[in-house]
Amino acid sequence: MTSSELNWDAIVIGGGHNGLVAAGTLAKSGRKVLLLEAGNEVGGAARTEEFAPGFRVSAVAHLLNRLHPDVVKTLELERHGLTIERGDFVPSVALSKDGPLVLHGAYGEVLIGASPSEQAAWKQLRAQLLRYAGVLKPFLSRRPPDLGNMSLAEMTGLGRTALALKRLGKEDMRDFLRVLLMNVYDLLDEQLSDDRLKGLLAFDATLGSHLGPRSPTSLLGLYYRLAGEIGGLAGAQVQPKGGMGAVVAAIRAAAEKAGVSIRHASPVARVIVEKGRAVGVVTQNGETLRAKTVISAINPATTILDLVGPREVDTGFVRKVRNVRMKGDAAKLHLALDRPPQFSGVDAAGHKGRLVIAPSPDHVERAFNPSKYGAFSPEPVMEITLPSLVDPSLVPSGACVLSAVVQYAPYALKEGWTAGKPLLLKAIMAQLEVYAPGIGATVRHAELLTPADIEARYRMPGGHWHHGELQADQMLMSRPVSGWSDYDTPLEGLFLAGAGSHPGGGVSGAPGLNAARRIIAMRA
Amino acid sequence: MNRHATIEPSTARLAAQSHFRTLRLGTPFQPRIDALGLKQDWYNWAGYRAPHSLWDEELEYFAIRSQAALFDISPMTKYRIEGPDAEAYLDRVTLRDVTKLKPGRVHYTAWCDDDGFVLDDGTLFRLSPTRFRLCSQERHLPWLLDSAFRYDVTVEEETEAVAGLALQGPTSFAILRDAGFAGVERLKIFNLAEFAHDGGTVTISRTGFTGDLGYELFVPAHKALSLWDRLIAAGELRGIRAIGYTALNRARLEAGLIVANADFTAAEHAIRADRLRMPDEIGLGFMIDPDKGHFNGRRAILEARARKKLRHVLVGLEIEGNIPAEHAIVYYRKSQEVGLVSAAMWSPMAKRNIALASLQRPYGDTIVDDLWVEIYAMRELQYQKLMKKAKVVPRPFIKLDRRTANPPADF
Repeated sequence: MTSSELNWDAIVIGGGHNGLVAAGTLAKSGRKVLLLEAGNEVGGAARTEEFAPGFRVSAVAHLLNRLHPDVVKTLELERHGLTIERGDFVPSVALSKDGPLVLHGAYGEVLIGASPSEQAAWKQLRAQLLRYAGVLKPFLSRRPPDLGNMSLAEMTGLGRTALALKRLGKEDMRDFLRVLLMNVYDLLDEQLSDDRLKGLLAFDATLGSHLGPRSPTSLLGLYYRLAGEIGGLAGAQVQPKGGMGAVVAAIRAAAEKAGVSIRHASPVARVIVEKGRAVGVVTQNGETLRAKTVISAINPATTILDLVGPREVDTGFVRKVRNVRMKGDAAKLHLALDRPPQFSGVDAAGHKGRLVIAPSPDHVERAFNPSKYGAFSPEPVMEITLPSLVDPSLVPSGACVLSAVVQYAPYALKEGWTAGKPLLLKAIMAQLEVYAPGIGATVRHAELLTPADIEARYRMPGGHWHHGELQADQMLMSRPVSGWSDYDTPLEGLFLAGAGSHPGGGVSGAPGLNAARRIIAMRA
Repeated sequence: MNRHATIEPSTARLAAQSHFRTLRLGTPFQPRIDALGLKQDWYNWAGYRAPHSLWDEELEYFAIRSQAALFDISPMTKYRIEGPDAEAYLDRVTLRDVTKLKPGRVHYTAWCDDDGFVLDDGTLFRLSPTRFRLCSQERHLPWLLDSAFRYDVTVEEETEAVAGLALQGPTSFAILRDAGFAGVERLKIFNLAEFAHDGGTVTISRTGFTGDLGYELFVPAHKALSLWDRLIAAGELRGIRAIGYTALNRARLEAGLIVANADFTAAEHAIRADRLRMPDEIGLGFMIDPDKGHFNGRRAILEARARKKLRHVLVGLEIEGNIPAEHAIVYYRKSQEVGLVSAAMWSPMAKRNIALASLQRPYGDTIVDDLWVEIYAMRELQYQKLMKKAKVVPRPFIKLDRRTANPPADF
């Protein structure tokens, strides 16, 4: 075992985007920061990877819709190659056998393909959803409120939320509270009638979680989505040029500029604990690295149970960590296609956007049902992008890449994923064939990542991209576990900065930024 | 065509559901105790039918102090903890340093939840390098099993399988010797050893809950009655008597020992947040070893110490007069409520009016003068209110040389 001469101020475990953001933010505060990445490349599930000769695609996350503006500002990402312009916003297309419905601009500023009355209803509902998501936004981005020990700043933050609620007006406030924990299905039924629109919203509310539209609290997922913004507009989305890896590259460049040392292929074996304090790490190569602060931007359960070990923390805490639900329910499909597919009735702009197969809320609910019992639906719902239409450099000339997030693909599939994977792929291809006839014949290569694959490849237990189910009981003060939601842990000097911490997953950088700010705010 | 299966009530299921017909379980010694239980004065000890008193509480108490008392401790919760990691596991679960507990030794310890609040106290028997028995008042299997995550250890409840007897009092050693437990004289206080009994073995430890010379014996349930008979036969001329809890409770109070859910509320029982107690608040601070490895509650306990967040203290009191101050309120300067007496008696051994009390710091901690207790003495349907001076005194209230004398005296 060798021991490094260097003593770091902070060691960040995990080079996913949150780890990079935390490392970069800490380095900017003048700290000497070392980031240890297990793989050969940083970026985690936000990498751009080659999956077939000449074909590159965003690994898991393929749409940028919630990169936190404070992350962009703090790390000056625009100076490091990240550009987002209004013209980059892409539409959402609700595919249907009755012809598509298109939401243009930031989450359907303009709705095309619906009846005039539905357009009016949508305008109202959209405004309401954004208004309510706006109330929750401070909660869903800043540090979670610490009910026991609230600082003046936190009180002020809560006060602002109270004020925002008040500003809603009496009726609106009552309605906000009424619908807060509702299921999205019933809310949509109250206000809309077009199944295509309702199907899309039901899909968005439940994407990435183990909930169906009719499950209580499913509306929260939609708020979470709409609390995100990009380019200053809530609900907007872009397909980053160069794939998600380009966003990570900008964050990485900013972190390195700030002085972060990044080491690849350096998986951490354990966190060194001395008298209740984390004082460094030992890598799997046997190198001991010491630091004043250790920040883990990997999965919270992996951090506590594997790197720290249950012997260094209390039984009750271990109980809570072991009980965090994190069984992924989404698969990722990558297709290398000979040529761009043609989705029926969709125009050129639509093909550059997000194409959603979720023709009705009932359809989404039916797709969810089997997942409760360890099976997938014969008609899975999915979100599709064609990244090479935005950035042709991702594929050989004339070819096309398709990227899709497919729900519901339960982590614990009854028959096991070895047997189940070809069957799920077949079911997905059958759905694609319905909306883009002829697509099957153009497939050069298909890669389907089941939750089991995502778990193994991206070190995400359960293959869950939120690193912990994002539901009411695992949000805010209860994320990752109750009592330890402020990025700290029972071990002094050990902090959590990944998606498993508040507010959760998606390429936002918020957990990483909040954790770094929390550490900076501590008295030395 | 369709034939429906007839659903017949399963006799096995009905039998399994009849547990409620036995309101309180009997221990393996119940046939003998029932025969002696002239007063039929039973209470519920962890689901078992246990005697408050068998024939006379005064004489039962004096059996402990002048003869030998036999007390059935079978209802005490017992866990068998075994495996290569048993030592490390118990060191993490309990407060005291288990690495210092040698095989063949017993120590008194306690365990806490994450917040440093005491879940229970009990005795830990190290039967071999890798095998332990943990005895306690309350049940803790879920906590112990969850604590075993990633330890190579098995935790099993053996409350029903193992019968226990406490033999306490000055003649207890002589009885064991006369009963033929050769070598029992070599047991020093907190030692344990195995002895042959009825084709099997009995584990005898020089431990007890009386502050007197005494032993505890653990035996497989099916050897329980033969052990009882063996002791009674050997003890006949040395005044052996079966006793109930009331007598034992007096002896333990003289010895200054505390009882979970009597002198403090165990953390899993407490409903009110201010009833939880840290070890330092119930006199168990001596168990805490910040230099041993991690243990449950360590962070919270050390933080409470550093930030001076300890709010209570458990003290021994000597109260003027001879009226027991049971559950009396403790006052500072006769006016300000500062605590409560949890156990009290006139001690025939100490010849003092003694009590255990929980006080709110700084009273009992740095302010120990001018403390009073208000005793409500019922006298023919009228309370006589007595304001009596109380003095904080060290525990135990009595110290008997015979408890630790080596070799034990032959009375």
